[in-house]
Amino acid sequence: MTMQETTAASAAAGAKVFPGSDSRRYNYFEPKGRKATHYEDVTVDVQPDPERYLLQNWIISFGDGTPTYSKDWTALKCADWHGFRAPDQEWERTHYQRQSTIVGMIQNVVENARRAGAPQRFDKAWVAVLQNHVGAFKHAEYGLGTALMRAQRYGYTQMVNNAILTNASYKLRFAQDLTLYLAEVGSDIGGFDLDAGKAHWLDDPIWQPCREAVEHIRAATDFLEQYFAVNLVFEPLVGELFRSGFVMQVAAAQNDFSTPSVISAAEADYERNLANAVELFALLLRDPVHGEDNRTMLQSWFTHHGGLAVKAALQLQPLWSLPRVKTASFADAFERARDRVAAIGREIGIDADLPALPPVEVGQAAAVTDAAAE
Amino acid sequence: MADAILQARINIIKIMGRDDMPDGLTLNKITSQKGIGITEAARRVADLGWTPSYVKEAMAFPTDYKISKAPRDPMKQVLRSYFPMQEEKDNRVYGALDAALRGDMFRNVEPRWIEWMKLFLAIIPFPEISAARSMATLGQLAPGDDLRTGFTMQMIDEFRHSTIQMNLKKWYMENYIDPAGFDITEKAFGKCYATTIGRQFGEAFLTGDAITASNIYLQVVAETAFTNTLFVAMPSEAARNGDYALPTVFLSVQSDESRHIGNGHSMLMSVLKEPDNHLLLERDIRYSFWQNHMIVDAAIGTIIEYGTKHRDKNKESYAELWHRWIFEDYYRTYLLPLEKYGIKIHHDDVHEAFDSIVKKNYVHKIAQFFSAGWWANFWRIEAMTERDFEWFESKYPGWYDEFGIWWENYAKLSKPGSVPITFADTGYVYPHRCWSSLVPCVIREDFTIDEVDGELFTYASEVDRWTHKEAFAAEYQGRPTPAMGRFSGRRQWEEVYDGWDLADAIQDMGFVRPDGKTLIAQPHLSFEEKDMWTLDHVRGHTIRSPLLALREMTPQQRQAHVEEYRKGFKIRRV
Repeated sequence: MTMQETTAASAAAGAKVFPGSDSRRYNYFEPKGRKATHYEDVTVDVQPDPERYLLQNWIISFGDGTPTYSKDWTALKCADWHGFRAPDQEWERTHYQRQSTIVGMIQNVVENARRAGAPQRFDKAWVAVLQNHVGAFKHAEYGLGTALMRAQRYGYTQMVNNAILTNASYKLRFAQDLTLYLAEVGSDIGGFDLDAGKAHWLDDPIWQPCREAVEHIRAATDFLEQYFAVNLVFEPLVGELFRSGFVMQVAAAQNDFSTPSVISAAEADYERNLANAVELFALLLRDPVHGEDNRTMLQSWFTHHGGLAVKAALQLQPLWSLPRVKTASFADAFERARDRVAAIGREIGIDADLPALPPVEVGQAAAVTDAAAE
Repeated sequence: MADAILQARINIIKIMGRDDMPDGLTLNKITSQKGIGITEAARRVADLGWTPSYVKEAMAFPTDYKISKAPRDPMKQVLRSYFPMQEEKDNRVYGALDAALRGDMFRNVEPRWIEWMKLFLAIIPFPEISAARSMATLGQLAPGDDLRTGFTMQMIDEFRHSTIQMNLKKWYMENYIDPAGFDITEKAFGKCYATTIGRQFGEAFLTGDAITASNIYLQVVAETAFTNTLFVAMPSEAARNGDYALPTVFLSVQSDESRHIGNGHSMLMSVLKEPDNHLLLERDIRYSFWQNHMIVDAAIGTIIEYGTKHRDKNKESYAELWHRWIFEDYYRTYLLPLEKYGIKIHHDDVHEAFDSIVKKNYVHKIAQFFSAGWWANFWRIEAMTERDFEWFESKYPGWYDEFGIWWENYAKLSKPGSVPITFADTGYVYPHRCWSSLVPCVIREDFTIDEVDGELFTYASEVDRWTHKEAFAAEYQGRPTPAMGRFSGRRQWEEVYDGWDLADAIQDMGFVRPDGKTLIAQPHLSFEEKDMWTLDHVRGHTIRSPLLALREMTPQQRQAHVEEYRKGFKIRRV
């Protein structure tokens, strides 16, 4: 009898018992929980490194000798970069399902609103806010998305990079959501200028500190500084402030029910991205060897980007005066942002307490010309 | 009121189950709102970018190319149409996997085929995710924002490919008779002599000069030319072996590739505009084409020709597939037209690559090598049989004379306790390894050596020598090329384990089953424990690095060795 003749009649699991015939789990990594999740199975160790399995090390380097992946691409250090797992557990299927659901939700809301003639009933002052300021804000989202798209190249593990990659995907989708939404509702509203948003983004004094903050994030050369500045600084202090603290609270009173629905997707995206980022930075600050150095570095990043973000937030204050029906105040919104960023800081272990808004500063910021906003 | 009337009318149509609407009028047309056209949508989305004025973004990724012209987006897609389309594609893939299990696919699948998936699927998720990472590079380097959506989609596509392939592998592991090898997959990827060849492919997507890596090597050559053999030809062979899962997943993957090919071509057109880039383009197209041929044809050629049980003589051989996909479709319709832009195309390399497959038996010699070192694998390779011989002889006349006895020996030596074929008296000479592609130098007459920075290296061919010595250097034809990558690491697996006992090396790699002694690799497909080799069966044989031995020789000895090596060998029956 030859070896060929001894093969099993069926090639299905369990057709024969032999050494290894029941080894049906990926056995080369420690699951975070009792059993590996599907996310872990399809993610962990796909990007290897010399510490985990690269017997022959990286085999191509850059011209200056830097290997394909390097721990030196961030100032933060970690005793075990492989310990990170993204709390949102996203892999390709869940990512497409979620993104597709959001796209469908937005399209339904917008179609229904337009079918009902809702955009024509938006308050006129509010239409100007949509045109000029929501139109400007879409560029901030895009800038953060492009920064993250670059950042996803540099992480030392697949888990870190994929969390940043999905974050970039969410941000770039949302920038496009806003762009196409404004173009569509704008076509129902006479005289809606689709180029005004970019003009405000580039030249309106209200938006310049915001643009400055985003450009600093884009220009940061440390990929984790970018990830930190996006999710732990800019988003709570400026992103949420504008989206939740302004648009979502104010729009309904201006007869606009569709814009908050579009914006709400970004708020839900952010909750997931924030959870991922908090998990990563908390891990880095808990690091038994490098935790303290990491804390110092994050604190300095917070000082730098926090300063820019606070300046950006304060400069946006005149926007709260623009809607005809005023249902929210900048002071309340900023206070919530301040609480939020402080809570995030506590969660990971840095001091992110910002001084309360001085009344005089409110007044000064309010003096910024409304004319430019209109 | 008008809405209510319209809705009532729609309801009546639904209830009556008939379509009494005027020709051309559909429910969708009645209810949908006029949107903006796709061209306008793409234009608006591209206008999201701006030139920073507060602080300039440093160019993070090095390149020696000059790029001033913004690439255009040929596909004009936006993310809101992309995500639902991809979700639908996923639904079909996962539905098909469920259906395959309900249809008891594994009852009839050929183990010879699935075993090779342990190798293929250990490799491919890494190049995929490397491609995702490389979109960071192109997104930053490309002037303007027109193609940003294209790069974004490609980034997410590659994330899709990487994780969907990991899922497929898990699915094989859970349902195929022998999960060993799938269970250690990513660990095996880091240890195996063969997967390092795949890593050369993947690392080349994202390391070194950014345009060389991400545009030319990845998009212009790997995706435009070689994904056809990887993701189209190979799935066809899978289906012939009762595996419906691989075609389902990989044809879905391939459907994304057209987008990547479009991105690559658009970027290439931008790069071409600058005459200063032409010399670098000539270099990079040459290097990329040759190395893709060396790596992809070695792996996929072997899997298609030697992983199959299907021996219909009307079926195309790998050589025929290559001629159709690479020579006709790619070389004639994509590469040749680049000449009109002033790019020198190395026609001789394309012809030489084809000749290496049809005249020099490249694929067969690689398969022979894989089987010669079967004990270092984490998958099984069974012997070719009389039926296989018939097919090979009809497709590659003269095949039996050169390879038939080898496979007869292999079958004879597949019983545990036999001498591992590598060490048997067959006349086989364990090959040198090419420093550039990492593929063994199996076409003996093309073998060459050279010194770089005072050290001796071995190469499979003249183009491989040129790749290391001239292309991957700080200067190319008198022009400084500081951004170009360098070959690094412990590139030769044999060097790592030089002087080791086989059993110790296998144990060190972790290619042992959970009982701690039975090898994952087996030179047969018997699932009887008594037929399976253990560490004890391979102990007592020593791994030697041909390169280290060569370096230790005197110049005269070396010259004689090279001449002897180039003569090749004749296999004896054991």
